Parts: sequence; C-alpha cells; structure tokens
Amino acid sequence: MVASTSTVATLELLRWIPLIPLCACAINIFFGRALGHRTAGVLASAAVGVSLALALYVFWLLPATGIFHDLLYTWIESGSFRVNLSFQVDALTAIMLLVVTGIGFLIHIYSLGYMAHDDGKVRFFIYLNLFIFFMLLLVMGDNLLLLFVGWEGVGLCSYLLVGFWYHDAKNTIAGNKAFIVNRIGDLGFILGIFLLVTELGRQGIWTLDFAELPKHVSLLTPATITLITLLLFVGAVGKSAQIPLFVWLPDAMAGPTPVSALIHAATMVTAGVYMTARLHFLFAPAPYTLSIIAIIGAATAFFAATVAIAQNDIKKVLAYSTVSQLGYMFLAVGIGAFSAAIFHLFTHAFFKACLFLGSGSVIHALDGEQDMRKMGGLRSYLPKTYWTYVIATLAIAGVPLTAGFFSKDLILWQAFSHGSYALWLVGVVTAGLTAFYMFRQLFMVFHGSSRVEDHVKPHIHESPAVMTVPLIVLAIGSIFTGWLGAPEYLWGSLWDRWVQPVFGGAHGAEHGPVTTEILVTLVTVAIVAIGIYLAYARYARTGTRVVPAEAAAGLYRVLLNSYWIDEFYDRIAVRPFTRVSQWLAQIFDPLVIDGLVNGVAKVARGFSLIWREAQTGNVQHYLIGFLAATLALLIYYLRQL
Amino acid sequence: MVPLDYYLILSAIIFAIGVVGVLIRRNLIIVLMSIELMLNAVNLTFIAFANSLGSMDGQVIVFFVMAVAAAEAVIGLAIVISVFRHRQSLDPQEMQLLKW
Amino acid sequence: MSQFAVGHLSLILLIPLVGAVVLLLIPRQQRQVLLTVSLLFSLAAFVWSMRLFQAFDAGNGDMQFVERVTWMPAFGIAYIVGIDGISLFLVLLTTFLMPLAILASWPVREKIKEYLFFMLVLETGMLGAFVALDLFLFYIFWEVMLVPMYFLIGIWGGARRIYAALKFVVYTMAGSLLMLVAIIYLATRYAHVHQVLTFDLLQLYNLHLPVNEQTWLFLAFALSFAIKVPLFPFHTWLPDAHVEAPTAGSVILAGILLKMGTYGFLRFAIPLFPNAALAMAPVIIALAVIGILYGAAVAMMQADFKKLVAYSSVSHLGFVMLGLFALNIQGIQGGIYQMISHGLSTGALFFLVGMIYDRRHTRMIDDFGGLWQQMPVFSVFLLIVTFASIGLPGLNGFIGEFLILLGAFSVTPGWTAAAACGIILGAIYMLWMLRRLIFGPLTHPENQKLVDLSHRELLILAPIVALILIMGVYPQPFLSRMQPSVDLTLKRIVTSQAAPVATNHGTSGEMKTDGR
Repeated sequence: MVASTSTVATLELLRWIPLIPLCACAINIFFGRALGHRTAGVLASAAVGVSLALALYVFWLLPATGIFHDLLYTWIESGSFRVNLSFQVDALTAIMLLVVTGIGFLIHIYSLGYMAHDDGKVRFFIYLNLFIFFMLLLVMGDNLLLLFVGWEGVGLCSYLLVGFWYHDAKNTIAGNKAFIVNRIGDLGFILGIFLLVTELGRQGIWTLDFAELPKHVSLLTPATITLITLLLFVGAVGKSAQIPLFVWLPDAMAGPTPVSALIHAATMVTAGVYMTARLHFLFAPAPYTLSIIAIIGAATAFFAATVAIAQNDIKKVLAYSTVSQLGYMFLAVGIGAFSAAIFHLFTHAFFKACLFLGSGSVIHALDGEQDMRKMGGLRSYLPKTYWTYVIATLAIAGVPLTAGFFSKDLILWQAFSHGSYALWLVGVVTAGLTAFYMFRQLFMVFHGSSRVEDHVKPHIHESPAVMTVPLIVLAIGSIFTGWLGAPEYLWGSLWDRWVQPVFGGAHGAEHGPVTTEILVTLVTVAIVAIGIYLAYARYARTGTRVVPAEAAAGLYRVLLNSYWIDEFYDRIAVRPFTRVSQWLAQIFDPLVIDGLVNGVAKVARGFSLIWREAQTGNVQHYLIGFLAATLALLIYYLRQL
Repeated sequence: MVPLDYYLILSAIIFAIGVVGVLIRRNLIIVLMSIELMLNAVNLTFIAFANSLGSMDGQVIVFFVMAVAAAEAVIGLAIVISVFRHRQSLDPQEMQLLKW
Repeated sequence: MSQFAVGHLSLILLIPLVGAVVLLLIPRQQRQVLLTVSLLFSLAAFVWSMRLFQAFDAGNGDMQFVERVTWMPAFGIAYIVGIDGISLFLVLLTTFLMPLAILASWPVREKIKEYLFFMLVLETGMLGAFVALDLFLFYIFWEVMLVPMYFLIGIWGGARRIYAALKFVVYTMAGSLLMLVAIIYLATRYAHVHQVLTFDLLQLYNLHLPVNEQTWLFLAFALSFAIKVPLFPFHTWLPDAHVEAPTAGSVILAGILLKMGTYGFLRFAIPLFPNAALAMAPVIIALAVIGILYGAAVAMMQADFKKLVAYSSVSHLGFVMLGLFALNIQGIQGGIYQMISHGLSTGALFFLVGMIYDRRHTRMIDDFGGLWQQMPVFSVFLLIVTFASIGLPGLNGFIGEFLILLGAFSVTPGWTAAAACGIILGAIYMLWMLRRLIFGPLTHPENQKLVDLSHRELLILAPIVALILIMGVYPQPFLSRMQPSVDLTLKRIVTSQAAPVATNHGTSGEMKTDGR
C-alpha cells in the first residue's frame, strides 16, 4: 500500500514526549507531598507543556509523507514472536499528539484552578500525568501491542480518576463499571490481536508493527480479515462507548470535570476511532465489518442524541453528546472516510473539551451543583464562561463556519456521496437533535430566569484566569480548527493534503458535483436551524417551565432513563452472573467438590471406626496376637517340610 | 554327657514360662523379669548348641545377648520407675494410651 | 562436575539448612537474634542465587551447574542437581521471597525458634525440588517440603489449622504416592530396555514407551502435580490451607509451593511422556479453563479477603496450565513467566492481607472500607499489586497472560477465548474487592485508628513492587534466559514422537552410562 512507501527516519527525541510526563508523575509520587500542592500541580502541567513543545517541534520537522521512528528496546520476544518498545510519528500520530498534549496541557492548567481546594490535588495530578503518558503511548506506539498497552493504561487512569473522590462509593462504582465494561471490549481487542498474529504466523510472518502489517494483509483470507476487524472493533466499541457498551460513559461523569473533558471527551474515548484509522489497511478490505461499524455508529449517534434531549444533569447531556459525536466518527469510519473521522475527532476534541470545561466552570461557580433545573440566567454572572460556551455550542451544533460544521458536514457529505442515503439521513436528523439538545442546555443554564438555590446564589462568581484562559483558547479552536478542512467549494482542505497520504488508497475524499454538495450542506444547515429554533422556543424565554422528573411521562421517561439499558443489562447479565457465582461459591464448591474430598476421608474414617475395635490399646493383647500369628506361621512352615 | 535334647526341652520350657509371664502378668516388673527369662532361655539354647557343635560362635552371641539384656533391664526399669511415678500403678492393662 | 568441593547448587541448598542448625544453638529467648540470623541466612541464599543468575549462560538450554554424586549405586540413585532456564527463575523466586517471608514473620510471637527453623528447612526442601535431576531425589525433596509446611500451618495457623494442615498433607501425599509408584516403574522399565537401573532424569528422557503405558504413567504424575497446582477440581485444599496458614506460610504456599505442580508438569510429566501429554492436553486445557473461570467466579463471592486471594490463585494457575499444555514456545514461556509473576503479585497480596490482619485481627472484607484515608501507602501498594494481578499491561501479569493466550490461541481458539473471559472476571472481583476495602467512606470506627505501613513492611513490599514493574516493562532478561531451555523441551517432545517405541529387549545396544 501507499503508506509503506513513506520515508522512515530515526528521531530519538520521540521517546521524551511520553517519558517527560511519566517522570513528572514519578517525581510527584515520591516527593509530591514534600513539594506541596501548588508545586506538584505546576510541575505536572509544565511536564505536559514540554511534551506539547516537543510535539509541535516534531510536527514542524515531519515531512509530508514521512515517519519518525524511535526504537528503545525489544519488549517481548518469544520464539518468532517479537514486539519492540518503539515509537513512531506519522501525520496521523502527529495530529493525535497535538490533541493529546495540547488539550492535555490546557486541561492541566485549568485543573490548577479547578482542583485548587481539593485535598487530593497531588494525587490528581499524578493520575493526570500518568494518563497523558499512556495516551501518548497509545498514539505513538509503533505496533498494535503497544497501542493495546496504552489502551489499557488509559483505562486504568480513567478508573482511578472517575473514582477520584473515593469517599463516595458511588464514584468508585462508576469507576469499576468503566473499567469492567472496557475490559469486555478489550477481550474482543486482544482476541483480534491473537487471531491476527496466529493467522500471519501460520504464513511465517510474525509482526504487529504498523509499518510491516500492511505488506502482509494480502496473505489473509477475507473471512479472516472480517473476523479480525470485527474483534478489534469490539474493543473500539468498549473504549469509544458505542452501542451496546456505551453504558459506562454517562456514569463516568462522576469524576472531576477536567477529567471528563480530557479523558471522556477529547482523548481516551476517541482511541477507538484512532485505532480503526491506524489499522485502516485492515478495515478497508473488510466491507462487512465496515458496514457494521457504520450502522453501529449511526445508531449510536442517533440514540445517544435522543437520550441527551431528556437529561437534566449538565454533564450527562455532554456525556451523551460525546457518545453521539463518537457515533458520527464511526459512521465516517464505516464508510471508509478515515480522514473525515479523524478530522471530526480533532475538532470535537476542542469544542467538547471547551463545553466540559465550561460546565466545570459553572459547577465550580455553583458549589458543585450539576442539575440544570437549578441553574438558569447565569449569563450575567459568568460572562467569559458564557461566551466560550456559546461558541462551543455553535460548533457542536454545526452552525456554518464553526469547526463542528466543517467536520460534521464532511462526514455527512461523504456518506451521501458514498451512496449510503440511510446513514446520511440518520446523520442529518441527529445533527438536528444535537442542535436542539445543546441549545436546550445553553438556554437552561445561561438564559431565562435564575432557578439557583438561594444559599448558593451569593457565592456565584466567575472562575479565575487559570480556568478561563484555557476556555478561551479552546473556544478559538472550536472555530478555527475546522477551517483546516474546508470543502473544495470554499478554500479547499489543507487537512486532506496532510492526512490523506497516511490512508493511502483507502478511500480518498470523493468529490461529486459542487452544487449537490452545497445543496446537501444546506439541508443540514436548515435542519440544524430548526433544532435551534425549537430549543429557543421551548427553553429560552424567561420563566421556562422545566419538567420535573416525576411528572414526566411516556417517551420522555424512556429517554430520561436512557431506555433502561442499565437495568436491562443488570437483569440479563449482572444478576444471573452474580447468582451463578454465588451458587458456585456457597453450594457447589464447599458441598460438592469439597464434599467429595471430605467424603473420601469420611469413608476411610468409617472403616477405621469398625476396625479400631480390634485395637484395645493393651500391649499384652497385641502380644497374644503376635504370638498366635508366629505360632501359626511356624506350624504352617513345619508342615511344609 | 547330657544329651542336647534335654537342654533344648529345658530352654523351651523356660521360654514358654517367659512368654506366658509377659502375656498374662499384671505387674510391669514381673513382665520385665519374664522377658529376661525368655532371653536366658535363648542363651541356654545357644550354649547348648555351641557345646554340642564345638563352635565358639554361640557363646559369643550369648555375651552380646547378655549385654543387650543388661541394657534393656536398665532402661526398662528406668521406664518402669518413671511410669510408676506418673501413674502410681504398674498394671499394663491400665496403660492404654496406644488407643486414644 | 566438581566432585569434591561443594558445588554452586549444593551450596544454595546448604545455606538455609546450616542456618536452621545454627538456630538450634541459639537460646529461644533471643528473639531478635533468632530472627536476624535466619534473615541473614536467607539473604545469603539470595545473594548466592544472584551469583548463579550472573554466571548462568543465557544461550545454553541444557542443564547448568550440574553436580553428580553417587548415592545409592545399587539402586541407580544418585544426587544429581542442575538448573536450566526453566528452574533458574523458580530458584530465584524462592530465594527472593524467603527473606521477605521471614521479614514478615516479625510479629510471630510464640515458638519463634521452631517457626524459623521450619521456614529454613522448607526453603531447602523447595530449592531441592527445583534443582533435583534425579527422580528419586526429586521425590524426596517433594515430600520433605510437606513436613515443615505441615507444622507451619498446624502450629502457627488460624482457628481451623489442624483440619487445614491435615487436609493439605494427606491430599498432597495421596497424589504423590502414585507418582512414586510411577517413578519406580519408569526406572525398572528403563532398566529392562537399557540394562541400567537409573533414576537420572536426563537418561530417562531417552526412554520412549508405548502410548498406552505412557498414559498411565502420565496420569500418575499428573494427579500428583494437579493436586499441587491446584487444577480444578483438585483445588479445595488450597483455600483451607491458605486461610489457616500464617502470613509467611500463605506467601510461600502461593508463591512457591504451587509452582511445584506446574514445574513438575513441565520438567517431568510432559517431557517424560510426550505422547501421553499430547493426547491428554485437551482434557487438561479444558480443566485449566474451567479452573480459570470457576476460580474467578468463586473468588468474587468470598467474604474473606484471604480466601478471595486463594481462589484467585486457582484462576491464575489455570492460566499457567493452559500455557504449558499449549505445548508451543509462547505458551510455555508465558506459563513460566506467569508462574514467576503470580509468585510475586499473589505473594504480595498475601503480605498485604497479613498486614491488615496484624492490625485488625480480621480478614473479612466488610470489616474494612475507606482504608485509603487512613492508610494511603498501604492502599497504593494494594492497588498496584491488584492491577498486576489483573494483568494490566506494563506490569508483570500481562506478559505472562498475553504469551499464554497467544500460544494457546493457535492451538485451541475456542478454549482460549473462554479463558480470556477470565481477564474480565479477574477485573470484576479484584476491583470489587478494592472498592470494599480501600475506597468508600471509612465507616468502621475501629479503622479510624489504623496506622500506615511501618518501615519493615515497606521493606517487604518495595522490592516486590519494583520487580513487578521491571518484569512488566523489561521482560527480555527473563524471557531470553528461558527460551533455549523451552526450545529444548519442545524439541524433546517433537523428537520423541518420531522415535521408535521401546520394547523389552533394547535394540539400541548396551548403554552403560550410569551418569558418573
């Protein structure tokens, strides 16, 4: 494939990009308390800042079709199987690097303010740095196994950070759920790796390197590729919270808000998209898998958007919105538009991080209140937060000339031009829903009359500069990052020129007639406008009636409880499994298996109880027996003579 | 010269007395004495055969047996005394710790 | 082949034994002296084993540091010891865990002298079993280990210690008697063919029996090893023994003794009876996978922290068995790696259980909760060790599990997929345990006065955690030393399949090498 023709150069600098946050993490583990809360936080942020600087430098150095490579050592070698610990950066990785370190850096800064009064600040930054390290490992690893290491590592950090406030058991439960649901996905992922390794191994090829794999894909049968990609996709479904494994993400909002922004919006959850894009050479020749991905993506996008409409928790809305946006990305992957998927990933990282941090700023201002029914009219109290929130909302809704508009439009256009009209239709409807629920949120939080509880009201304050500056930077990104990927009829896409070579022949951007493209875009824009208008009509006026949960009925209740999926899983999986385990642990193991063991002992004991009667314990009795036996033997032998 | 058979019959009788003593007496000291009796019965057999076959082997073994018997008597009596101190009794019927 | 001077391996066997004798000369009131002396001797053994590690030729798959001394020539029994890449790390694991176990014995109050004596004798026994290359010698060490362990559980154990100790000893012995019969049969069979009576393992490897005979012998060996592993359904002695044993006993039991079983399979049962091993592999794999899932499911429901860890061992050792019976390089290497990492992480878990037990005198998970607040250092260690046990990449557990599953996948994808579900279950029960133990609110008032780890306890845990990290990040020094030996073992299996089957009248002529 085309990707393999790119030039490879060694750059030893690469290793420092992930290692510097790791070092900071180690320093904070050992000396964090001694350094004090402030220094530890600054150190952690600075480390990510250095990584960002290095990433920018590498980005600048990287030629158009080049790959930088940095080998540390052989990690695992067993027989012919061999995996290196080595990093690589190509255009795709470079973009992910910028997202991870860039947004990671902003969120570190933001956290300095957000977590300022938290006792566990050092611990928080340790986890955060560790997360950055694993995420960088995920995107920079030059082979599938290293990607998997990062994959699991970010899962660990997600677990730790979701359950960060461990005093409340609810948070830890959410963390456990996140980790375990992810593990279910990882099962698929690792089985996919095994299948890939063993199938290639049968042909004498033992490799998991991204640089090597494309050369050997042709050795695999289509059925094998389909199975491999399906298994790998199961991993992506878990990590990127798609149907049916999305249930962990809404609960994961139990973590501190910067965590939600960094891990559960901008970076970790997009790892699934990155993985499919990284393995495009496997996915592209698997049409069956792609169609499944597209369907799951579209279904998730629509489904999550419907749920988001009914949520009242400010972060839950954003969580479902993330699930929905990830659905868009998979829709793009499913039609083979990897570049578009990554583009949406890129823009989404900015506006969704901005939204989350904005919501964090609101929560911060309201002393931890997350219920939108108890907000309203905050516009005047939190001007900076408000304006950045508006921009990010415009972006996610897909209002023209914002980042979300370009990336979402690209996906929809690709779906349309690909001939998948059903997918396109779902995408467009979802775009309308997105506009509706996001503006609903905007209006409920910032407009209308204040419903803030009285004891909180006097304390409402705009967040300090450490928090608002990242918001502003992200808001700027929420507009202009999209301009990189403008359609041809505007100024053309810088993005495609940059990223497309990575995907080689795998489905370049298709260009139909420009008029059709503009027409399709107009349809989307119209539907988005309708969505915004409906939200305005329903929620923007002062004195908005906010439906209380108990009064809600019918469809609304279904949506509010997200279709009772959690309860459903509880019924069909969690409880039966618990019951079986209980039966095994309390009945089967002690009574049946151990019963058999003890049964053998009891039988032996039973016989002994009978025989022991012969033993009186009196030596003289024994001696009589001894004598009798000797005499008997004597007589026996004498008679034989 | 007394025929060999006489010695053997005598030693068989002594041995039998010893055996019966060990088996039925209810005083440990008597039991010990009976054991000595059995040993000496065997000694008598050895010497009788040594004399009749003109070999010294039997006599040598008798010395061994006597040494063993002496050692046995020492240890046996020591045990008997210690048992008596513990239980104020020397009746083997009462010593049934083997069955517990 | 040094015949006069004490060889490297004999010295390592002798050091703990000498230590045990020295202990007898120290008056029992001298608690500190007793503890220090035994710690020093176990450390000396460790240092010496590190020298072995240095001198070990990584590229050589054969036995190294071999010592042969005639012992009972009439029966062809000799004292033969040696190590290869397989046993090297088990020896190191033993000498590594032993000083830590002694360090963890500081709180033991009663009969400390006898306790330490048994610990050191146990060390010699275990090391001997790992290095013995004479079947008879192996059997002796195999049985010798039982004695000190019996006393360690029976005297210093918990409430049901007598029951547990008896069950442990009788169960293991019942298995090993059949093995003794098989060993003797094997040696006489070899004598029939080659006209030499010998128990030398390396010679016996060359005996190729008919499959039917192999199967019976294999089963006799396998029963004994399967009980020790323990393979489902022979596992019920394990939770009892673990729960009742004192902390150091549990650590040694889980960390080292269980490895005897898997090591036995790899060193004896598989290469001696390769055809039978191949034929029985599906059954054993099935049992191993059932054990993985079963152990995890049962572990989840345990209210007793120690019992949870014990059942998790059943699950983890199932992985090892799965890897060994994949009978390919990845599977076996992964299996050995998993033995070592299980020894470390489960050993550490038992240490941690012991540490909170020492403080609160309860092991019930529900008696804790929110420990992070009071014991952050303890909690961090527990967290790391738990994740090592779950098999998080970057820590030691992952390497072993990955290689095992990779090796097994190419042989039996279906069972492997089922086994891989075990890593989900592992996460479930371990995380649930963490939640109930260290997270959540600190509800029990007794727990509010708990003090965090002491320096001694840190000294126990820090080396283990360091090794857990090293083995996860840089496994190559370990893997590369195992590889040649594993290759050799596999080669033995392959060649024996092609080799002619032995008859009663040896056709290959007289092989008068009785190994001296």
